[in-house]
Amino acid sequence: MDVLIVDDSAAIRKILQRVLRQAEVPIDEVFEAGDGVEALATLKAKSTVGLILSDINMPNMDGIQFLTQVRAIPEWASVPIVMITTEGSQNKVMEAVQLGASGYVRKPFTADQIKEKLTGLM
Amino acid sequence: MNVMIPDHDHLVKIVRGATNGVFSTMLAIDLEQGDAYINTASPPAGDGILSFVGLAGSWVGTGSVSCTADCACKIASQFLMTEYTSVNEDVLDAIAEITNMVIGNVKTLLEEDLGPMGLSIPTVIFGRNFASRTVRTFEWTVVPFLFDGERIIIQICLAPQKSAIKPKPHVNVHEPAVN
Repeated sequence: MDVLIVDDSAAIRKILQRVLRQAEVPIDEVFEAGDGVEALATLKAKSTVGLILSDINMPNMDGIQFLTQVRAIPEWASVPIVMITTEGSQNKVMEAVQLGASGYVRKPFTADQIKEKLTGLM
Repeated sequence: MNVMIPDHDHLVKIVRGATNGVFSTMLAIDLEQGDAYINTASPPAGDGILSFVGLAGSWVGTGSVSCTADCACKIASQFLMTEYTSVNEDVLDAIAEITNMVIGNVKTLLEEDLGPMGLSIPTVIFGRNFASRTVRTFEWTVVPFLFDGERIIIQICLAPQKSAIKPKPHVNVHEPAVN
């Protein structure tokens, strides 16, 4: 399975890659995108993506807009999307869940929190 | 909505909680706490790294993280588990993300009292002998920490949007400690 990490911070993308390796999740390849626009382009080019980890606050296209667009396309409608974000307000959590987010992890996060969230989805 | 105006002590408590949470969870670092104070004067020109994000809503303001270049390298090294001895893109990105997490968590806690707020994308400045100014006159709540002998300064200023409620003057003013 391939994973797509969407975050405008290269630091967070690097940390999430490390956490995924530590989590012993069966991953073939990890793709990265800095915003929703790049992420949609990556999804169109890489149809093997089976899991998406996405930030919310990003330039160009934020995580909520990205989630909305992904869920509107039938072939990606069932791909698990976990929002990993600083946005902790209940309104944002509810909005993401209503739009089809599979999970929500708040920054700062521990490796165990990510592993636990992914275990429930794999 | 019954809006509670954040005073200095409340803000300090929130900033300390958010900062300690980010550093202990993401970097496995227990920061030493410095004495917080209110600063109404423009900060003098300085060296190092200044990273800030804007807050918007019925209250507006800015939150920032600043430290020396050496300190930023130590933080980034711990954050990314890679040794950095000079400031580069990775170090700037790490400090920007830490700012985003610290001020983002402050924002989440403030929203309980102030209602929904937005958070801007972080901006990082690195250089020597630079000065920063806020256009409007604000009081900054300054919350210092110590990490490996270096100071990390978290600052936040907040003011109601026009047409929103007016703030009460702060009463608990703390003098800065000499660290």
